[in-house]
Amino acid sequence: MTSTLRHARYVVGENPVTLLAFGLLIVMLLAALLGSSIAPYDPLATNTVRKLEPPSRAHWFGTDQLGRDILSRVLVATRLDLAIAVGAVSLSFLVGTAAGACAGFFGHWVDRIISRLTDTIMAFPLFVLAMAIVAALGNNIGNVVLATAIINLPFYARMARAEVNVRREAGYVEAARLSGNSALRALRCHVVPNALPPMMVQVSLNLGWAMLNAAGLSFIGLGVRPPTPEWGILVAEGASFILSGEWWIALFPGLALMLAVFCFNLLGDGLRDLIDPRRRT
Amino acid sequence: MSEPAVEIPLLSVEDLSVEFRTRDGVVKALEGVSFAVGKGETVGIVGESGSGKSVTAFSVMGLLPPAARVARGRAVFGGLDLLSASGRQLDEYRGRELSMIFQNPRTALNPIRTIGQQLVDVLVRHANLFRVDARARAVELLARVQIPDPGRRFGAYPFELSGGMCQRVMIALAIACAPALLIADEPTTGIDVTTQAAILDLLGELGAQSRMATILITHDLGVVAERCDRIVVMHGGHVVETAPTDELFAHPRHPYTARLIASTPRPGAKLTDLLPIPGSVPDLRQALPPCRYRPRCERALPRCDEPPLPRLVLTPRHLVACQNPLPVEAV
Amino acid sequence: MRRGSLLRLVVKRLAAALPALFAVIVVTFLLMRAMPGDPAVYFAGLSATREAIEQVRQKLGLDRSLPEQFVLYLRDLARGDLGQSITTGQTVAYEIATRLPASLELTLFALVLALAVALPLGILAATRPGSWVDHLSRVLTTAGVSLPTFFTGLLLIYVFYYLLGWAPAPLGRLDSVWSPPPRISGLFTLDSLLAGDAALLGACLKQLVLPAVTMALFVMAPIARMTRASMLGALGSDFIRTARASGLTRGTVLYRYAFRNAMLPVVTTLGMVFSFMLGANVLVEKVFAWPGVGSYALDALVASDYAPVQGFVLTMASLYVLLNLVIDVLYGLIDPRVRIEA
Repeated sequence: MTSTLRHARYVVGENPVTLLAFGLLIVMLLAALLGSSIAPYDPLATNTVRKLEPPSRAHWFGTDQLGRDILSRVLVATRLDLAIAVGAVSLSFLVGTAAGACAGFFGHWVDRIISRLTDTIMAFPLFVLAMAIVAALGNNIGNVVLATAIINLPFYARMARAEVNVRREAGYVEAARLSGNSALRALRCHVVPNALPPMMVQVSLNLGWAMLNAAGLSFIGLGVRPPTPEWGILVAEGASFILSGEWWIALFPGLALMLAVFCFNLLGDGLRDLIDPRRRT
Repeated sequence: MSEPAVEIPLLSVEDLSVEFRTRDGVVKALEGVSFAVGKGETVGIVGESGSGKSVTAFSVMGLLPPAARVARGRAVFGGLDLLSASGRQLDEYRGRELSMIFQNPRTALNPIRTIGQQLVDVLVRHANLFRVDARARAVELLARVQIPDPGRRFGAYPFELSGGMCQRVMIALAIACAPALLIADEPTTGIDVTTQAAILDLLGELGAQSRMATILITHDLGVVAERCDRIVVMHGGHVVETAPTDELFAHPRHPYTARLIASTPRPGAKLTDLLPIPGSVPDLRQALPPCRYRPRCERALPRCDEPPLPRLVLTPRHLVACQNPLPVEAV
Repeated sequence: MRRGSLLRLVVKRLAAALPALFAVIVVTFLLMRAMPGDPAVYFAGLSATREAIEQVRQKLGLDRSLPEQFVLYLRDLARGDLGQSITTGQTVAYEIATRLPASLELTLFALVLALAVALPLGILAATRPGSWVDHLSRVLTTAGVSLPTFFTGLLLIYVFYYLLGWAPAPLGRLDSVWSPPPRISGLFTLDSLLAGDAALLGACLKQLVLPAVTMALFVMAPIARMTRASMLGALGSDFIRTARASGLTRGTVLYRYAFRNAMLPVVTTLGMVFSFMLGANVLVEKVFAWPGVGSYALDALVASDYAPVQGFVLTMASLYVLLNLVIDVLYGLIDPRVRIEA
């Protein structure tokens, strides 16, 4: 354990940016949890008298076309964006890993079917598929989560399948089976714990990507509907005002989105350095 | 201190010291390595893995990785100190006057380029041939290294050839411009046993045909016993002994050399006759005594802990780096 | 190149692409069937009478079983019939055919731009590790994949159009004072070049810059990152050492030996790049009011007009399958191990 800590300290020392990312993550989580409590104004409260005001001391991020305080809206949106991303990635991680592990472990027709399914998903440009799924199943947040989960599935399925295959070849499983463990137990106790660390890297990177996807879908009007605050939709609301110079409406939610994604990417990179220094890029 | 030589040696390595920057500090991979190679001579460099044999070769060829630094020393070849030469100058010498072949021939060739093209690249670069003429010459070279059906093999890719054939291709690349010196770094690793002898024979023939000097790097004493004129024994980044082959085997003077010979399988010897060398290769990251064999040596004396490491000239061609060399009868 | 090996490669890859294409068709069919509402109404049009709707329902076979519907669907596809758009009144096939060149032009420019920046950046970062170029590329690649495309577009518009006034208004492919060139390929830049109209070409390019840069920014990151990583790997490999030992010039070693080998993983990355770009089309076209298939599908989606959406999904997915085929063949061209069975 201490050697892991020592190595962790070395990696963080070499790369203080990872520490920064951790800090950002804490800030985000706090905003998500406490958003509505610490927001200075009600995110849904309109006040047409004070519409389209640039950032000021009263409204740090300015107000939008309906007089709503943008800071409050951005803060409160954190929860929804995080929830969508975490929900989607958890779903695709669980289902994808399970599917991939089964495919790698049992092989034969199980492998063939699951591989065909993931190949089918990957045959589409992913955002287009997400659009189609939400359009087909109904325009609500649940389907956005589902669609994002589906398009991320193949990454986990493939990764899990590969990792399980490698370990199956390596004889862990043989040894476990020979000492009397059932197949499922061998999978759970021997294969999965070893395959988990590289998958954690993937999860972190995926969180950022899922956020971008969900925000993109809401930008084009799928999933989240106004007046619900969500970063993508906030940027969409601000888009038309950019041409007339009211930059703050779109900028702050966009920056928040960027920072969140950036944070997850940095964490993923940091995790990768921690786990496998050979793969450092 | 280099050997007193009758004629000017082709390559003279003097006091070569190389350091590596690592996470755990500076590693002195080579220290005070000196030896010489005469024209047309075959010199063997032997030692355990980690003794610095390959690092020596890479230093001479200028192929050290960026983390390495030549702390001091010279490697004089044809009047030029290779260690202080510029990249451009080195590029003129490498492949033309001085060449090298490597272990694991399969990975040492460009996987997406045909072996013929790779030969032509070298020929066009150094021999000033047009690509058309170079092709013919390349086929000749393939024949010379005994590759069957060279005309057709010209268009083959490395993955289509066996390890032995790939090594032959590498040899062809190395001798394409008739170099004066060829360095062979463990050329038989990654090749099956029956082909190993053939490759070594080929190297011997080529050397004899064109009076090409060869440095044969290996951990296998049996190989150098048969094929080398002189042997350089390395341990832990030091040269511990240099002598003509017969002399070395008849009268090894360094305790390490003696043990090395005793641990080498010979026809007629039983497995129990083989004596392992106690201890292990020194960890070069730690602080080391002046003689790096000292921790494993049964003949160690108190003065072995005092620097510097001596270089005793026993005969004009037999040097040993030891405070307490074996007496002459020890065999 | 060995005779026949390239042909065999193309045929093999084509054979592998067909199941993917079939899967795309099936999934698109199923998705359309899952859409809320009565498809017959959508396909018949808003002003259709009850009889007309029934006719369409029969034509579409919606009263038949699912497998039968699928066969009819295949038949329509084979005839190039993708249905009718309610909002524009035109057939979907016509609209897509007319608008596809606009999207393709944008995507092509973005790709060329991304490659022109990312490849040299990656190579420089690999050959000068630890230098400012290396650090710059690392920052760019991490930041680049964090940029939401639609946000980047808006930022660029704000800075370069509103603040600096360098870029034209983001109102489509061509400013209203100009009329488009005679249509040969549908790509305005190419067509104005062919028509010899330099001024028009300039105007088209001016409109293209910001949207192309927006799309390119996101994909520059993975390309540069992969180029750097694979160049580093190639430069550290055994065969490069042999090349240097043979005294080959620095240029030869770098380009003919290292770069070609390093390109293999980069070509594979292009698959992911295309996946992104064909989807990002929608976002960029919305921000810049670019009249391509993405904005067409988007307008239809908002109006609950589903035939165009289905046509769009089918088109983009088929294009993607085709592009992947091209990438596979390209990979096989570079790497003989793929096309020659040892």
